[in-house]
Amino acid sequence: MFRFLLPLAMAVCLALPALAQTLPEVVEASRAQIEKPSRQTIGPVIDAIAATGDPSAAAMLQAWADRKLGVRKADGAMFLLEKTPEGWALTGLDGHAAGTAPTSDITDLKPNAGVRELIGAALVQFTLTDPDPVQRMRALDAIARSPAKSQLAPLRASIEEEADPVLKARKERLANFLTLQFGDDSATRVAAIESLAGDTALDVRAALNPLLATSRKVAVALPQGVNIAATLTPGKDIPREAAYDLLVTAGLAPARLTLADQKTALAAHVENGAVGGVPLAELASQPRRDAAYEALEKSGQVPAAATDAEVAAALAAHVYYDQYAEPDPAVTDAARRTLASIETRVGLMTAADLGLDALSLASIYFLAAIGLAITFGVMRVINMAHGEFIMMGAYTGYVVQQMIPNYTVSILVALPLAFAVTFAAGVAMERLVIRHLYKRPLETLLATFGISIALQQIAKNIFGTQARPLTAPAWLDGALSFNDIISISYIRVAIFLLALLFLGFFLWLMKRTRLGLEVRAVTQNPAMAASMGIDPDRINMLTFGIGSGIAGIAGVAIGLFAKVTSELGSDYIVQSFMTVVVGGVGNIWGALAGAAMIGGFQKVIEWLNPSNTLAAQTYMILFIILFIQFRPRGIIALKGRAAGD
Amino acid sequence: MTRTFLTRNPSTLWFLLLLALFTLGVTLLAEGFGIGLIPTAFVKVLGKTLCLCLVALAMDLIWGYTGILSLGHMAFFALGGYMTGMWLMYARTEEIVVQALAGSPIPPTLEEVAQGVATQIFGVVGGSDLPMVWSFAYSAFLQLPLVLIVPGVLALIFGWLAFRARVNGVYLSILTQAMTLALALYLFQNDSGLRGNNGLSGLQNLPGLAEMPQSTLSILFFLASALLLAAGYLLLAWVSSGKFGSALRAIRDDEQRLRFLGYPVEGYKLFVFTLTAMVAAVAGAFYYPQAGIINPAELAPIASIYLAVWVAIGGRGRLYGAVIGAAVVSLLSSWFTGGMAPAIPLGFYTINWVDWWTVLLGLAFVLVTLFAPRGIGGLFDRLPSPRRHGAQLGPDDGALREKEADA
Amino acid sequence: MNLTRRSLLATAAAALAAPLTAPRFALAQEGPIKIGVLHSLSGTMAISETTLKDTMLMLIEEQNAKGGVLGRQLEAVVVDPASDWPLFAEKARELLTVSKVDVMFGCWTSVSRKSVLPVIEELNGLLFYPVQYEGEESSKNVFYTGAAPNQQAIPAVDYFLNELGIEKFALLGTDYVYPRTTNNILESYLKSKGIAAEDIFVNYTPFGHSDWSKIVADVVALGADGKKVGVVSTINGDANIGFYKELAAAGVTADKIPVVAFSVGEEELSGLDTTNLVGHLAAWNYFMSADTPENKSFIEAWHKFIKDDKRVTNDPMEAHYIGFNMWVNAVTAAGTTAVDPVIDAMVGQKFPNLTGGMAEMLPNHHLTKPVLIGEIRADGQFDIISQTEPVPGDAWTDFLPESAVLESDWKDLKCGMYNTETKTCVQLTSNY
Repeated sequence: MFRFLLPLAMAVCLALPALAQTLPEVVEASRAQIEKPSRQTIGPVIDAIAATGDPSAAAMLQAWADRKLGVRKADGAMFLLEKTPEGWALTGLDGHAAGTAPTSDITDLKPNAGVRELIGAALVQFTLTDPDPVQRMRALDAIARSPAKSQLAPLRASIEEEADPVLKARKERLANFLTLQFGDDSATRVAAIESLAGDTALDVRAALNPLLATSRKVAVALPQGVNIAATLTPGKDIPREAAYDLLVTAGLAPARLTLADQKTALAAHVENGAVGGVPLAELASQPRRDAAYEALEKSGQVPAAATDAEVAAALAAHVYYDQYAEPDPAVTDAARRTLASIETRVGLMTAADLGLDALSLASIYFLAAIGLAITFGVMRVINMAHGEFIMMGAYTGYVVQQMIPNYTVSILVALPLAFAVTFAAGVAMERLVIRHLYKRPLETLLATFGISIALQQIAKNIFGTQARPLTAPAWLDGALSFNDIISISYIRVAIFLLALLFLGFFLWLMKRTRLGLEVRAVTQNPAMAASMGIDPDRINMLTFGIGSGIAGIAGVAIGLFAKVTSELGSDYIVQSFMTVVVGGVGNIWGALAGAAMIGGFQKVIEWLNPSNTLAAQTYMILFIILFIQFRPRGIIALKGRAAGD
Repeated sequence: MTRTFLTRNPSTLWFLLLLALFTLGVTLLAEGFGIGLIPTAFVKVLGKTLCLCLVALAMDLIWGYTGILSLGHMAFFALGGYMTGMWLMYARTEEIVVQALAGSPIPPTLEEVAQGVATQIFGVVGGSDLPMVWSFAYSAFLQLPLVLIVPGVLALIFGWLAFRARVNGVYLSILTQAMTLALALYLFQNDSGLRGNNGLSGLQNLPGLAEMPQSTLSILFFLASALLLAAGYLLLAWVSSGKFGSALRAIRDDEQRLRFLGYPVEGYKLFVFTLTAMVAAVAGAFYYPQAGIINPAELAPIASIYLAVWVAIGGRGRLYGAVIGAAVVSLLSSWFTGGMAPAIPLGFYTINWVDWWTVLLGLAFVLVTLFAPRGIGGLFDRLPSPRRHGAQLGPDDGALREKEADA
Repeated sequence: MNLTRRSLLATAAAALAAPLTAPRFALAQEGPIKIGVLHSLSGTMAISETTLKDTMLMLIEEQNAKGGVLGRQLEAVVVDPASDWPLFAEKARELLTVSKVDVMFGCWTSVSRKSVLPVIEELNGLLFYPVQYEGEESSKNVFYTGAAPNQQAIPAVDYFLNELGIEKFALLGTDYVYPRTTNNILESYLKSKGIAAEDIFVNYTPFGHSDWSKIVADVVALGADGKKVGVVSTINGDANIGFYKELAAAGVTADKIPVVAFSVGEEELSGLDTTNLVGHLAAWNYFMSADTPENKSFIEAWHKFIKDDKRVTNDPMEAHYIGFNMWVNAVTAAGTTAVDPVIDAMVGQKFPNLTGGMAEMLPNHHLTKPVLIGEIRADGQFDIISQTEPVPGDAWTDFLPESAVLESDWKDLKCGMYNTETKTCVQLTSNY
């Protein structure tokens, strides 16, 4: 709405130079508005400031947008502010330094984001050719946010002299967008539109889609000279009820009688305990109410309600159509063609992005489950405290970050430290508890559950129930973007790489080291392994420690992308177990397949039902339950002797 | 038959006697019919505890006797609660709606009443049409049997699939836990039509008994719960004795061997799984009207693990052990978390039991598992127990055979 | 979502012992006035509710220093319902029948309030509920000192529409009754403001959700049709951390897609690095950064009481502050702590807000409050960029047809759910 007012106001100001005021006059006249601006009313004031031609107008607008404009409480004088250790350094609107003031003497103005956007748009004329490229970029951002016809000419004019190639390309692109919307004739607009064919960027679609905005209309006959997108047949393209509602809204047909209205009408005509001859007691059923209403209609006491036949006739007597807001059919046709050429590619890229999300989720599940794949998959020990080891790792990361302020260093310290802490915890648990329960797997489940709730509560007692911050280093901020559609945050990429790393580590450990050989031997036959000189106690202890240690590292990674709370572990424990079980116990590839299946499946359901993520999780678990019924040994089942029971 | 059954199982007789004494004592001391020494709030607590004891009995049969560690029985318990809850909520709301509509000059149609009920129950987050799951809620005769049918059928289907596929041991535990989680997540959704996270509330008011004070109502519920527990104990004691009971224990000790002997192991398991699910559901159906509210958090996976904790601490493989465990642990638990236990100042740190009770419980649990697998109930054996250090009692995993013959 | 288990014998010993030791009939008017504090001190809600318990203790201590109420000292009876919803009902019954408190301050989640409602209505208790909530409820025995939807959600959306020019809305919420109701009201409101149904994207996530990449991508993709997109977030608790982290990673700045949150305050932001979130918004009735003398002395008193000057203050704390002071004044006016006279004296009570202006208790047991909109700063506080005139709280929203006809008035109509069309009281007790 406002974007149309702005050029209008500007035009008025330019046309009437006699009305131009000096900057102090404008500020004084609109003081109240400047101090408490609203986007809906501030436009003329900003334009008036910009139109003063005062050399410091731009500086004042800039300071205002940056929240560096303030009013001295004592006398209401307005200053540009600059933060100093003592308070504010003041600069008068005339550009002269005016000393300093403590913060309590000054009310700094806080225009909201909408007002700042308008100020930015007004600043375009000053900054589009500013020598500072940063200022020029800001001007382009402002144009992109609130495009207006008046910007087209200055923008085009500035392209020639633009030295910076990046800025130049952006200017050309923006000029193209402005042309397709505000161009003078059909041909240039169509050309601008067609030059965008195949470009999947979000701003391209954002520029093209508004050209195709339609409104739904109804009329007795199709009007001439309007740009019609489609005519609609009631019952086919548009539900009959909706079509009739359109008629009612347009005042072309009377509203249908609702049941509530009918009831009110009946209640208004109760006579001697009956309505229209039907006793009140019988009115507890709909057919009798209809009968009573008909009786009332016949006697003329209530207006006749439209019958089905009348509705059908009214529907048939009118046409329904979608009309483009854009009057030029050539432009809408071109926009439609171009968008269609973009849509398929967008669809493919959305699928690719979904794939990346699924991959990322799978790698998180895999990372959470890889420790279990060792303790449960190899040793067949149910460790319900596995989730708490993940949590311990995350809290280790948090504590390290409290001590080492440099995020990069602290992460590098936290990863091995988290491994060490949880390795020690795992070994301790194995020695003290699990060792005694190898023959009673169900009881391991219960004992480790006891440890799990104790650890969780201890974490609560130490760190509180509030989520703790674990911040990623700056180089993991942001996202790896292939284009506007396909992107994935670096932190997820890092988790993916970490998952791959641990997959490799696990394979190397089990297949290439003495320890791995001994682990496999102990797993298959402890007695035989012992008689070959392997110490099963030591092997069990080490294996369990390594599995727990990896959980600790997973904890740091998970804490980085989500949150660190005492319940972090319990959020992942059930999923982790299912990852291992679905994939197939005793096989790392199984865990990988399990994680991939769970992550992929969940994302697909989320895509099918984007409004309810909870449902996606529910159906994912249901699917897993069913899957296990039909493949109880998982995707990759061990065969032969290794399968054990 | 009953005489011989009771004489063969003296513990059952003792249990029933103690339960009767306890019930009588509470009734006389409570506000409803007695002298009012026990406040209504506490009567409700005791009534609820009795229901928890019943579900612990069911858990004992499936785990202690049959050796299936189900981590899903609290889900059945909560489902039972949901089924009664729907009826209670519908009936109470219907009274309000009918009363409100009676003010209008035109008598309401059935559809209008149903729509009014739906609007009242769901507020603005649902439509004016009741979801399908509420189809029977208007009638106690149709809805209350669902307390048995819904959990029973769910257990039957789930059990049939799982046992047929020979999912057992820890796999079954994880699978039942997944089932609980799926059910909880499903109920958490607003779209499932059971009021999402808010659950069903206001269940303490029985329809048609609006005038009856809660003090009377609570003691009636307490008596009903006691009766139910007695009946449940008898039923489960009967099931777990005799030939059938021997077969169950045989499944626990060596399923494979029993199968080779020609017993339909899957059938036995399925029967016990379904039966205990239904017993749990009945317990839930009486529990939640006393609690007043049921919501999906009640069937979070951890609830079922706590159930296993009670049974393990009380003593597996003996029914009275389960009752002792449920009563002792749940009552102690709320005593400690209720802020009533005195804090212990250590000088440098004060132990607040609200914070440290869970740690204590967790560790107690580890110790019981390691050193006293028979739980509190094991004290009744009054035999000097050998230092176990995790060694098995019998030749097979998790066996508890030594004491079983006379239990 | 996590639950602390079955809460049974809450005060077994006390419950049993109390009737023996304290003859409850005698000297009812002597001794201290008892104030029940019903906030979770353990479990998932402890983080939010413990602060409120401390706030109540501080207010009671201050009042006692001023000489108490009616010449009697105040005594806090603190219980812990442990974030376990059935336990709230049990504890409330205990407070009313065993401890015999005169008034209760408590609850946070809607489900805990719904759990307590039948008990306090049955026993005619008095509860002050301090948290912003979904409305659609009015009980004679409850005073709602938090915001109703028209005191938080509607003004925030108006700000989006008018000040930021948002044309397309993403309503993201945790799947429970407050976001569901608020979003339904907002959908209906937005449609009445001419926003088409296809321009409103709704998503619900579980409690504690952490995998936000797809949802953030969906929100960004909404901008494809050239309309300005804004996010209205009713995401609860911990889940916000992952959400804001993902927003920052995806480069969604407040300039591109502003997010206004209804459940994120100073307390929640302390778990986050807010440098990437500067400019995103929150709507509340109170911000710690409000520049008034009352707020300054309140913050000072709080820091002194809690012995930590890093602790933040937040909106529900202000709600308790107003509610408690109004109750004190109402008791003084009524000359008794008996529930019915106090309820009558409460309506019309006025007390200054911490953010300036006066709060007034309305006949529907809601407050008039100004609505503040704040932009997140890098230091985890908010810049207040908009403050409305006081808005009267509305129990039954006017933006949904089924509740637009309902009204709550405990003064003249004596009914919490009055149908203005049929001119009948739908029900006297509240819906729970």
